[in-house]
Amino acid sequence: MNWEVVIGLETHAQLTTASKIFSGASTRFGASPNTQVSAIDLAMPGTLPVLNKGAVERAIRFGLAVGGTIAPLSAFERKNYFYPDLPKGYQISQYVQPVVTGGGLAIVVGDKDGFVPLTRAHLEEDAGKLLHDAVAGRSGVDLNRAGTPLLEIVTEPAMRSAAEAVAYAKALHSLVRWIGICDGNMQEGSFRCDANVSVRRRGDPLGTRCEIKNLNSFRFLEKAIEFEVRRQVELIGDGGRVVQETRLFDPDRGETRPMRSKEDAQDYRYFPDPDLLPVAIAPQWIEEVRRSMPALPEALRRDFLGYGMSPYDAALLTESREKAEFFRASLAATKISQPVSLAHWVNGEMSALLNERNLDFAASPVAPRDFARLHDRVQDSTLSSKAAKEVLHAMTAGEGDPDAIIERKGLRQISDSGALEEAVREALAANPKLVEDYRAGKEKAFNALVGQVMKATKGKGNPQEVSRILRERLAS
Amino acid sequence: MLSLEEIHRLARLARLELSVAEADDMRAQINGILAMVDEMRAVDTTGVAPMSHPQEVTQRLREDRVTETDQRELFHSLAPEVEDGLYLVPKVIE
Amino acid sequence: MHNATLTELSRRLHAKEVSSVEVAGYFLERIRAASTQLNAFITVDEEKTLAQARVADARIAQGGAHRLAGIPIAHKDLFCAKGWRTTCGSKILENFVAPYDAHVIERFNAAGAVILGKTNMDEFAMGSSNENSYFGPVKNPWDTRAVPGGSSGGSAAAVASRIAPAATGTDTGGSIRQPASFTGVSGLRPTYGRVSRYGMVAFASSLDQAGALAKSAEDLAMMLDVMAGFDARDSTCMERPKDDYVGGLARGVKGLRIGVPREYFSKDLARDVGEPILAAIDAYRRQGAAVVEVSLPNQHLSVPAYYVLAPAEASSNLARYDGVRYGHRAAEYGDLLDMYCKTRAQGFGAEAKRRILIGTYVLSHGYYDAYYLKAQQIRRLIARDFSEAFKACDVIMGPAAPCVAYDIGAKITDCVQMYLDDLYTIPINLAGLPGMSIPCGFGDRARPVGLQIVGNYWSEALMLSVAHAYQQATDWHTRMPAAFA
Repeated sequence: MNWEVVIGLETHAQLTTASKIFSGASTRFGASPNTQVSAIDLAMPGTLPVLNKGAVERAIRFGLAVGGTIAPLSAFERKNYFYPDLPKGYQISQYVQPVVTGGGLAIVVGDKDGFVPLTRAHLEEDAGKLLHDAVAGRSGVDLNRAGTPLLEIVTEPAMRSAAEAVAYAKALHSLVRWIGICDGNMQEGSFRCDANVSVRRRGDPLGTRCEIKNLNSFRFLEKAIEFEVRRQVELIGDGGRVVQETRLFDPDRGETRPMRSKEDAQDYRYFPDPDLLPVAIAPQWIEEVRRSMPALPEALRRDFLGYGMSPYDAALLTESREKAEFFRASLAATKISQPVSLAHWVNGEMSALLNERNLDFAASPVAPRDFARLHDRVQDSTLSSKAAKEVLHAMTAGEGDPDAIIERKGLRQISDSGALEEAVREALAANPKLVEDYRAGKEKAFNALVGQVMKATKGKGNPQEVSRILRERLAS
Repeated sequence: MLSLEEIHRLARLARLELSVAEADDMRAQINGILAMVDEMRAVDTTGVAPMSHPQEVTQRLREDRVTETDQRELFHSLAPEVEDGLYLVPKVIE
Repeated sequence: MHNATLTELSRRLHAKEVSSVEVAGYFLERIRAASTQLNAFITVDEEKTLAQARVADARIAQGGAHRLAGIPIAHKDLFCAKGWRTTCGSKILENFVAPYDAHVIERFNAAGAVILGKTNMDEFAMGSSNENSYFGPVKNPWDTRAVPGGSSGGSAAAVASRIAPAATGTDTGGSIRQPASFTGVSGLRPTYGRVSRYGMVAFASSLDQAGALAKSAEDLAMMLDVMAGFDARDSTCMERPKDDYVGGLARGVKGLRIGVPREYFSKDLARDVGEPILAAIDAYRRQGAAVVEVSLPNQHLSVPAYYVLAPAEASSNLARYDGVRYGHRAAEYGDLLDMYCKTRAQGFGAEAKRRILIGTYVLSHGYYDAYYLKAQQIRRLIARDFSEAFKACDVIMGPAAPCVAYDIGAKITDCVQMYLDDLYTIPINLAGLPGMSIPCGFGDRARPVGLQIVGNYWSEALMLSVAHAYQQATDWHTRMPAAFA
């Protein structure tokens, strides 16, 4: 049977404001329960919301980054439902007029470019947290998170595989951090995905979808979608029907199951919040925000492709703003401009070293200027790749600038043809059998001779030079 | 006209327990009110912009600053059930 | 002393002829004496009041104190006052001690006024007779068989019986003007957005507005001068300077254009109310005002629209009373759903439940457009009627209620009829306009009649001067029920 999978994602990105969206309480993570809760967050009688400018500004930033339309006038609605983590009995959200509509994100799946169109991005307030069995048989409510600003980013049902969904989620995760609106911390719940999944036989209208919640890692997102697709296909295959419902992903079992708390047919009774007025976003404000925006990953990726690097390297470099900035700053500082090689070094050795130390590029112990100099030393044949790696390790360990390390460790590559010719002459003299084998057409013998020369130079011989001289000699 | 079933559905949505007698009374009264409201529903309002607010003004925005301090002790003194800094409710199954 | 105006009380306090402690003690004694007859107060706390009075006396002694310093003011029990029980007339907030001050309370505190107590009211301000209070009905001082009107019935009865010099109230569909009319006092509902709603327990947020009840327009001007003003905590509170309400009182009515809507004097209006109203308008004409006929063609749609919009907002505003963070929680329950349902069923009275259910219905899936959206459109039509009318006049006059105060229990079984009685007050709330009611005579069984004065947006200063002019020429506002003299 030929099945098509249809996936749409709804992502809740916590915004990086200092205070909550409708109150002056702090949004800091990890405080003692209910200590960052104002009378407003508690929905004390008579309290009223006042909108945080920083939250709107971040929504505008996002809208610009995805090429969406910023509504000149947007409005807040109340979404009514009862839950202990929702103090007012309604969530202030946006329904009819969100701040952002349209736009989209470029994604790369494997070596294929794609584009995921967005439906909308709207502002809303986060709920608190429920702690189960905090006290025997009771659930505890911590409202520190209640009122934290969220941007809910909704895609069109445009993705056709778990891999595409993950690629989109990663691109979005990178973007929101890139433009500084969300810290992207998935363990702390700053970036949460819900997936709407349905399947259909190719050519059929859209199938019934299920919403899967609790996807707080890319791996869970992938596993949950894969499980859900299998479940739906099997269900339909067995003559059953998919029921529209909200399901929870259980990471321990790798399964989705219906959510008890969402069993009730939901009727959210949205209506305009009478406590809040329409939000006007003037063109001047949008321009101001636009001017403060960093270069965006997609634009940089295109620049990088223009340097001739592979789509893979370009995508990897634009994974984070810090990494791309590191690359750009390094490239600007190189004397010998070889962007393709530089990209390899940034994506390869440099990334690996930082990973080992759990650091990101913003906290790199190696400055782009020094990194550029190291790369120049590879390009001007001062260093072999192997030696360069050693120098980079030393730089990362804080042992100084590359030239000093090269000198101290005596890693300078021998490219001087006089010295190399002497070494080649000695190697040929000492290995007549290999010379004979080579002349008999055994290419392997050539590599062995190169090895002998490298051994004699303690690995410092420039391999290209060594090969050139060897070939010259063997040909004469 | 709302049926008793609908009254019960609304009561559940609004989290109000209604006795059988109460539901009967509510149904009669609410249907009376809705009948009164029907006069409005008959009016042609094509092209009239809905009015959500008495004043045609836009939202003031607050600067993003933390202005609140911890008042947990005071707030918790008002709560029906708290322990270890948490508000307690019957166990919730998600 | 109990008949003294705020101006007079202020003069005597500042001249140190009397202390705030004495004034507060005097009114506390009157409250105590009248409590079983009227049930006007939900909470009286003599110690707190007297402590505040002592502070006021010290401020007055230092000199330069505000003119309301030391004057005890009664507050409708939906204004949060720190340390005071704030019940909103409901069991669900029976033991709720407010942890903060409402903006209005802050302003009175800053002026050095003294909190005399918290007045009784219809639960969550839902009602027109004060029979919907968990703390029992309030009685009309003119005739204790009669209702005082609602929902600010406690405040109205307290001022009418002179057990409080003045009181705050709120007006969502007439809750200041109608009880003012029923009890023969002066009441003012300002323009929506004039007074901050912060700390005022919400009923219907786009209609609620705080105001005052007092013995005269002059006293109301002093009250509004304290209450009005910008507050950033209420997004719907407008950033505009207040006017000189007291200083502008004497401007007179010569050349004033009074609009009288032709729809007002219909079969809905009782004869015993209509006559004093027409006589009052005549009195204005004699003072040099011009009377013009205006029309409010959609006014008959205001009660239907209101009973969609107000319950819709209320159903959402009252969702926070869930027994989790404060307020009543059922003693026995099973799971979470059961706790919610029992808590709310026990905590809310019948009228609140009725409105919650209507509000839930009109917002629910499939009905929103037919009810809520429609009502918002009607609301627009009603607001337009007023802006048309105000092209031809400066103020609109008419009755505040179609009848005088009725007997307790007389209408409680027919909620629709009681709702329809608010036809003169509700359109003003829908439009967001300011409105007043001032005493202008008596109807059947010697029960008071109020003249409603509706102004254009932000025209409270004009309205107060218009009311003042009438009160300079007549003495209806100085009459008080003999039983409390």
